[in-house]
Amino acid sequence: MSEIYMPRLSDTMEEGVISSWAKNVGDKVASGDVLVEIETDKAVMEYEAYEDGYLVKQFVSAGDTVPIGAVIGFIGETPDAEAPEPGGAPAAPAASEPEAAPAEEKAAEPAPAPAAGEGAAGAEGPARPRTSPLARRLAKEYGLDIDAIEGSGPKGRIVRADVEAARDRAASGAPEAAAAAPAAAAPAAQAGSEDPRASEELKVSQMRKTIARRMAESKQEAPHFYLRRTIDAEPLKAFRAQINEQLADTGVKVSFNDLIVKAAATTLSAHPEVNRSWEDGRLLQHHRVNVGVAVAIDEGLVVPVLHGTDKATLSDISTRTRELAGKARDGKLKPQDMSGGTFSVSNLGMFGIDSFSAVINTPESAILAVGAMKPTPVVHEGEVAVRNTIALELSVDHRAVDGAVGAAFLKDLAEVLESPMRIIL
Amino acid sequence: MSVITYRQALRDTLRAEMLRDENVFVMGEEIGVFEGSYKITEGLLKEFGEKRVRDTPIAEEGFVGAAVGSAMLGLRPVVELMTINFSLIAIDQIVNHAAKVYGMFGGQTPVPMVIRTPGGGGQQLGATHSQNIELYYSFVPGLKVLAPSTPADAASMFRAAVRDDDPVLFLENLGLYNTKGEVPEGDESVAEIGRAKVTREGTDITLIGYSRMAMVAGQVAERLAEQGISVEVVDLRSLRPLDRETVVESVRKTSCAVICEDDWLTYGIGAEIAASIQEGAFDYLDAPVRRVAMAEVPMPYAKPLETAALPSVESITTAVKETLDAVGRRVG
Repeated sequence: MSEIYMPRLSDTMEEGVISSWAKNVGDKVASGDVLVEIETDKAVMEYEAYEDGYLVKQFVSAGDTVPIGAVIGFIGETPDAEAPEPGGAPAAPAASEPEAAPAEEKAAEPAPAPAAGEGAAGAEGPARPRTSPLARRLAKEYGLDIDAIEGSGPKGRIVRADVEAARDRAASGAPEAAAAAPAAAAPAAQAGSEDPRASEELKVSQMRKTIARRMAESKQEAPHFYLRRTIDAEPLKAFRAQINEQLADTGVKVSFNDLIVKAAATTLSAHPEVNRSWEDGRLLQHHRVNVGVAVAIDEGLVVPVLHGTDKATLSDISTRTRELAGKARDGKLKPQDMSGGTFSVSNLGMFGIDSFSAVINTPESAILAVGAMKPTPVVHEGEVAVRNTIALELSVDHRAVDGAVGAAFLKDLAEVLESPMRIIL
Repeated sequence: MSVITYRQALRDTLRAEMLRDENVFVMGEEIGVFEGSYKITEGLLKEFGEKRVRDTPIAEEGFVGAAVGSAMLGLRPVVELMTINFSLIAIDQIVNHAAKVYGMFGGQTPVPMVIRTPGGGGQQLGATHSQNIELYYSFVPGLKVLAPSTPADAASMFRAAVRDDDPVLFLENLGLYNTKGEVPEGDESVAEIGRAKVTREGTDITLIGYSRMAMVAGQVAERLAEQGISVEVVDLRSLRPLDRETVVESVRKTSCAVICEDDWLTYGIGAEIAASIQEGAFDYLDAPVRRVAMAEVPMPYAKPLETAALPSVESITTAVKETLDAVGRRVG
C-alpha cells in the first residue's frame, strides 16, 4: 500500500510530465513492472513499481506536469482498495522515496502527525491535505477553503505562497478554473485582433526549457573563441571507401562523422590539455575521452555520449552512434547516455552548411562544428585542382583552454583527418 | 571605538573586574606563571600576585570545589577550565554543589562564581578535546550558561557573569579567540543575562546560532544577501536562561527557521530551540524547522574528516536554500 511519487530521474529535473500510464486503474502490478512513462527535461523514462499490488488510482493524467515529489498514483493491496487523497495521512513511504532529503528533513517529516491527531475525528472523512500551519491560519483569515487550494511545496504541501496566490485570484474575481487555464489562452484569443505580431504562446517542453537554459548558461559563462580550418577530404573519402569495403559483410557502415569522432578522440588523447573542464572555479583534467554527438530530433536536440571513445574501434563507434541516435529519436535515452561527455561533435554537413560556430556543451571545453563536404578549387601539389574539402570550426572555452593550445589541437586533428590511417593507429 | 580580538576583550574585562572588586580572584591550571593556555590571564599574576591568581594542580574537581566553597563565603572566584572537556571531572561540583547550594539550603548563601571555559572543535585536538557539551550545563536549573560570539558581547557578558550572584558557566570557543570586533572604548556596559540578540535583521528566514555558530550564521547571511535573500540572524547569547521570546518573535516574522549548532543533533540545543519555535510560532510556520549540527560521531582527528563533521557556511547555506525552496522561493 503506498503512494507513488513523481521521482527525480535526473540531477537537473524539477518537474516531470506523465508521458503515458503503462498500467490502468485496477491492473495488477508486480514489483519491477513498468508503471508509467515519465518525460523529464532530458528523456522519456520508464518508471517501475517497487512492490506488488493493484494500481488503484492515477492522480495525474497523461500529458500533465507535476513537480518532483507530487503524488501521481497509488498502489493498494486489493483492486478496490481506498486510495487516500494525495498529501493525506502518510502511508508507508514508497521504497522509491525520490527526495534525497537529508536526515534532518526526515526527522522533521513527522510534522504531519498533529494533523493526523486533529483528524482523529475525521478519520472516516477524507484525509486532509498537507499544509503548513501558516498556510492553514492564513486560509482561515482570508476565508478560503484550504481543500480547494493546490499545494506547491514538498509532497504537495500547501504553503503561504499558494494561499496568497489563491487570495489574489479570488480578489481579481477570476474563478479558479479560469486562473488554471493555460496562459496560452489569452494571447490566442487576441490572434484575430489588431496585434501586428499576432503571436501565440506555445507550450514549452521540458527539453526546450533545458536547451534554453543550458545554451544561455554556456554563452553567458563560457568565453567562446573560434578556430577554423578547412581540410582536404579526398584521403578521408578514399579511406572510408576502403574501410567499408572491408566491413561489407558485417553490415556496419562507417560514416564520415564516425571517422571525425574517432579522429577527435585520438587527437584528444594526444592533447589532454583540451580534455578539461572549468567547473565552479576548478580546473578538472578528464582521464577518459568521451565524445558526445549532437543529434537533432523532432522536439529539439540531444547529445548522447560515446563513453571511452578513444578506446573504441571505428565499427564500435559506428554501431553505438546509430544505436544512441535511434534511442534519441524514440525518446529512450537514459540520463547516463547523455552525461559524462568531455568533448562534442556537431555535424550539419547533411544540410549543405559550409561551416558554422557551435555553442559549447559546458562543462566540456570545446565542440567541433563540421560543415559539408564540397568540391572546391584548391591548390594541390602546386596546381589548382578541384578536391573535396570539409570546413571544421572548433569553439573553445577560454577559461580552460588558451588559443595556442586549441590551435595545436585543431592542427593535429586536421592532419590526422588528412592522413586518415592515423585515426586508427 | 576600537577593534580588538575576543581574547583581548576577555583579558581586559577580567583585569578590569579584578581592579574593580578585590573579592574577584582567578584559579586554574597554568593560568599564573604560564599566563593561561589561551593567554586570557596574561600579565595578571604580575599585577595581582599569587593570592588572587592561583595556579592549581591538575585536579578539576578539587579546585572547582574550592571555588564553590570560597563563593559561599563571599568571594567571587573566576575559574578557568582549560577546555570544557575537562569540566566532566568537575561535573559533580558544578551540578550537585554550585547549582544546588542556594536552593537546597534555603537561600542562606548564593554561589557567585564563574567558570570560564572554551568549547569547540576544528583545531585537530581529537575526540576528547573537541566537544561542545554546554548542553550538559544548560540542562541544569540553578546554573546560568552564557555563550558570547563577539568581542563586545564577551566583554559586556563577562562583566554580567562576574557580578551575578548565581554560578555562571561562561562558554568561550577556540575558534573565536582570534576573531576581531568593535568594542566601544571605555565601555562599561553590563549585559542583561538571558537576552538573545537579533544581530542582523531580515525578512525571508531566521537563522539561529550561538557562540561560533552565531558568527558562521552571520557569514551565511552575508553570502545569501548577495543573492537577494534577506536572512535574519538571532544570536542566542544565553543558553540558560533561554530567550525564547526573541527567537519566536523573529520566526513569527519570517515563517521559517534554520538552527545551527556545533554540538550533536540528537537531543542538542537545537532540539530545544525547535521545540520552543513550534510552541510559540506554530501557526506562523510555513516549513519544518531545520537543524544543522555536527555529525553524530566522536570528533575525527584527520583534518578533512573533522572539517566534514562540523557544520559549515556551505552546509548551512544549503539548509537555508532548501527551506526557502519548500516555501516556494527558489534560489539558485
